[in-house]
Amino acid sequence: MDDSQAPRPEFPIEDPERRRFFGKVGAICASIAGVIVAIPAVSFLLGLRKAPRDWRVLGKVEEFPVGETKLVSFLDPSPLPWAGVTAKTAAWLRHEEEQKFIAFSVNCTHLGCPVRWLPEADLFMCPCHGGVYYGNGTVASGPPPKPLPTYPVRVRDGNVEILTTPLPISGE
Amino acid sequence: MNANHMNGKQAIGMWKRLWLWFDELTGLGATLGPVMTHLVPRAKKTRWFYVLGSATLVVFLVQVVTGIALSNSYVAGSGQAYESLRFITQNHLGRILRGIHDIGASAMIILVGLHAIRVYLMGAYKYPRQMNWLTGAGLLLFTILMAFTGQLLRWDQNGFWTAVVAAEQAGKVPIIGPWLAHFLLAGDTAGGATLSRFFAAHVFFIPACIFLFLGLHLYLVLYNGISEPPKAGEPVDPRTYRRGYHRLLERDGVPFWPDAAWRDLFFGMLVVITIVVLAIVIGPAKLGKPPDPTIIQASPRPDWYFLWYFALLTLIPNWIERWVIVVGPLVFGLFLILLPLIAPRGERSPLRRPWSILVVGSIVAMIGYYTHMGFVAPWAPRLDAQPLPTQVVGAATGPVAAGAKLFHDKGCEYCHAISGYGGIRGPDLTYVGDRLKPDQIETRIFSGAVNMPSYSKILKPEELRDLLAFLDSRRRLATAGASPPAP
Repeated sequence: MDDSQAPRPEFPIEDPERRRFFGKVGAICASIAGVIVAIPAVSFLLGLRKAPRDWRVLGKVEEFPVGETKLVSFLDPSPLPWAGVTAKTAAWLRHEEEQKFIAFSVNCTHLGCPVRWLPEADLFMCPCHGGVYYGNGTVASGPPPKPLPTYPVRVRDGNVEILTTPLPISGE
Repeated sequence: MNANHMNGKQAIGMWKRLWLWFDELTGLGATLGPVMTHLVPRAKKTRWFYVLGSATLVVFLVQVVTGIALSNSYVAGSGQAYESLRFITQNHLGRILRGIHDIGASAMIILVGLHAIRVYLMGAYKYPRQMNWLTGAGLLLFTILMAFTGQLLRWDQNGFWTAVVAAEQAGKVPIIGPWLAHFLLAGDTAGGATLSRFFAAHVFFIPACIFLFLGLHLYLVLYNGISEPPKAGEPVDPRTYRRGYHRLLERDGVPFWPDAAWRDLFFGMLVVITIVVLAIVIGPAKLGKPPDPTIIQASPRPDWYFLWYFALLTLIPNWIERWVIVVGPLVFGLFLILLPLIAPRGERSPLRRPWSILVVGSIVAMIGYYTHMGFVAPWAPRLDAQPLPTQVVGAATGPVAAGAKLFHDKGCEYCHAISGYGGIRGPDLTYVGDRLKPDQIETRIFSGAVNMPSYSKILKPEELRDLLAFLDSRRRLATAGASPPAP
């Protein structure tokens, strides 16, 4: 008779209570091991980096003629070392009066596509679905539900500065 | 008997001894043998319909192989991904690999869709294969997610803005929308962390789910058996089905290997050859501009398999859009989940379930129609429209010429076509002078419409006069000599 044909040894019947207890111990051990790994992993995954709000210099006041709307670019609220070109973001800066500026988000409030400025028409137009905004950011036509969001802008020491802001989500 | 013949026999004998040694230690032959040769129904006329699921699996394996190869050169950093893709594409084999992965994604979407349609029409989701259907529905969802995240990994301008658009859409979900949007972006902005999030989902998380569901799906295919072709008048009765199925196999079953498996492998080979040939001939999707958020000359559009959804969201009324974004996928998901639970018995034949043909026909027609609309994109202004040529305007100087210039500069031409030039978002104005009087045109320009801004505060009186002069000159006789632009 080889090993494979050897009869299995008969074990005495264990105490059912004791067996249930060991079953529970096993389940608890597995749960503890799972939870202590899952907590940091899931927390890290779900934890969102809150972007700090910083003032960024856009340029000297005289670089922006009164009455004109220009595309400006600046570092986004939370640039990461490996972000490359995506560390930058953009806004439409309108020089309204001597010390008065207004900065519009480039993101259409419909689905976030980048709106373009039509200087001759004094309109912003979205290429995705044809949303149109007037020069003051209010909705002129098309699907946008809200006016273009604005960024806080100030003038300090002759410089125009913009306050970085998270990506405007229209559902917010 | 020559020496070569002897060597051949010896080599075969050596491989056989090696296999016997390996099999004795692993028991694979005893375990896998019955699996490979289990009996399956003889499908006869519909036997080629059964290759769609295995072909999807073959393409998935193609995607895994090419994905692993690509990941050896792809850099999943927002700043370097674009350049690494350019590096891969400039290499001849890299271009083919990208092509196989790209076209493979399309093939997988098509095949998984056809497989789901086949199973639905043949009623193969009924008892005892409800879990087969549910795991298959999970695999359908994961395939769609792989296609979406894969499109974003093509981290060019379109990929970047697609991430923004996806976040905006997620933001429309009630209550958790804003959180979901920022979760997708992995932060408050689309930037350094965004690509890493999609890369992790595309390469680790979703494939892990696919492997899990695939294992379960294949196990269930073996456990419950491949469904037999439906016959009208032979409804599924859970009390007798398994007994009847086993009797059928005993009476008329054939071993899966090789009687049925050869068709799977043959069709799988055809699919792979098609993908590779297309990858060599057509190549991968072209890379757009770099993912620089300050280059705003972008018009993000999804890959073809999502274009219908993009078009649908555009063409429905604004007030219902938020509901469609949220309720649409929810209804589809609930349909997939509830279908095998509420209809586990009864007729399987599509001849006795005509509404199932209607459902499939409606969905295919809807997707086909909206995909077509997505390619045409009548809602999108043509921001690259050039000023109208003089032969179309009909004048080089004077109010008509000045009006034509205003028609372009003020953005009218982006939405309105004249003699084939311009956009198609608004009405064609080639012969507007024939159907509207100047005061009627003026009213429209001043009042605007749902999809047209009011120009009352934009146009100066002399500009309005010139624009009206130009539009009034758009008459059949006046423009008879103008030829449309070459396509």
